[in-house]
Amino acid sequence: MSTSNVLYDHPGPRAKVRNAVLSVLFGIALLGLLYWIYTKFDQANQWEPRLWEPFTRSTTWTQFILPGLWATLKAAGVGMVLSLAFGIVFAFGRLSDRWWISVPAGVVVEFFRAVPLLLMIFFIFYGVPFLIKGPVTAFWAVVIGLTLYNGSVLAEAFRAGIRAVPGGQSEAAYAVGMRKNQVMRLILLPQAARAMLPIIVSQLVVLLKDTALGYIVAYPELLQRGVNDLAANYGNIIAAAMVIAVIYIVLNSLLTWFAGWLDRRTRVRAFRMPRQTGPVAAADATPGGDGTAVEPQG
Amino acid sequence: MHVFTDPDNFDAYVSGFLWILKLTGASAVCALVIGVLLAAMRVSPVPVLRGFGAAWVNIFRNTPLTLVIFFCYFGLYATLGLSLSQDLDLNIYWLGVIGLSTYTAAFVCEAVRSGINTVPTGQAEAARAIGLSFAQTLRIVVLPQAARSVIAPLGSVLIALCKNATIVGTIGLLESSNIMKDLINSNGDAVIVIFLVFAGTFAALLIPTGYFFGWLANRLAVKR
Repeated sequence: MSTSNVLYDHPGPRAKVRNAVLSVLFGIALLGLLYWIYTKFDQANQWEPRLWEPFTRSTTWTQFILPGLWATLKAAGVGMVLSLAFGIVFAFGRLSDRWWISVPAGVVVEFFRAVPLLLMIFFIFYGVPFLIKGPVTAFWAVVIGLTLYNGSVLAEAFRAGIRAVPGGQSEAAYAVGMRKNQVMRLILLPQAARAMLPIIVSQLVVLLKDTALGYIVAYPELLQRGVNDLAANYGNIIAAAMVIAVIYIVLNSLLTWFAGWLDRRTRVRAFRMPRQTGPVAAADATPGGDGTAVEPQG
Repeated sequence: MHVFTDPDNFDAYVSGFLWILKLTGASAVCALVIGVLLAAMRVSPVPVLRGFGAAWVNIFRNTPLTLVIFFCYFGLYATLGLSLSQDLDLNIYWLGVIGLSTYTAAFVCEAVRSGINTVPTGQAEAARAIGLSFAQTLRIVVLPQAARSVIAPLGSVLIALCKNATIVGTIGLLESSNIMKDLINSNGDAVIVIFLVFAGTFAALLIPTGYFFGWLANRLAVKR
């Protein structure tokens, strides 16, 4: 049941009038704000056709936006695969029975979760070349940074998911003679991954957004090409930033929508997970727009 | 450790983290206020308010923070001429606070909204039954209970905010990540020490914060 209709009564005639009045008042205030922003932009001559016209030309797209988009998707794609692998390995590591595996794995995961991604990318891009006596490309600086951070977050998600699988599952698996490795791989991980899907996908959205940090080490991704370089050519930084923001929003919404679709498809036979509240339920733990947020309990 | 025994470098290190703490503090307060208001809007009976809240969340949650901060500087300041302080650093600082708050508010809103969902429906029904209005139900009955269950998620948001504060460095504030970059470039022989000191400071700040919020959430959890 959605809370939004539990918090207030079904509107009667007076409430309907009141809601309508509030809608109109807030709507007017909102329109006023939008108009104010419009005039501010207008005063700064930001609506001049000259600034927006480049987006109707195919060369703008083929030279700037599409190569940038491709670079973003490439970094995000490689980063996603690597961080999922990193996450699975370190989740298993942390759940290991041997302390000399579980303790180092725990330290690595806790450490990389606490270090800002930008700091990591700077270290890999500017610091590591001193150590290996050779350059590190911007692409790998971004991808490795993304992998270490998001992989650690995913490791915690997998771990929480594995621990939340009902105990009967692993008992039954051991009873039919599986080894620990098989129990983990064949029984626990698939169920954990399915139950943790919302958290995993919202972390992948975070990863996709964080590729924008590549801009700082001059990796030619969407923000670099589509806003920085494009605006350097046409002098339309606000227009460019808006167009690129829309592209990012569409991209991430598609990913979130895909996750919702996958979730509905696989939900039928999956057990339902108790709500996640540890430090793992990270900032971005509730993907999806209306309705897909956590279900009310009780 | 010779890098950090140089007083200039040490001062730079301290000032970098002071910027991070100041950014985090101011943005946390703003984001909490805006986020709770947005959450209230998203569950309100007025459709326009609901739409506004949903739009805010969907726009800012899906835009990279780097782009938001970028827009604050090049859009609000460089193009529209919004100047918040005569001091160059302070101006960037406040632009950063605007960007961080608008972005983080979307996450606070979602955390609070899912917290509202954990309050049993009977609580809201009972509140309505004794004649409380929507605002009263939310303020007196639902939000105080929701607050206890959102402590852990809000802790995660705060930790993310503190790490995200480094991104204000991209518009020229000399916060810790920029300081680290400069130190690495001028001390190529000590890159590991420099990284471990900076990363270790973040870890020392944030890992205990995470455990503290976990402990607090456990302690204040509504036992049902």
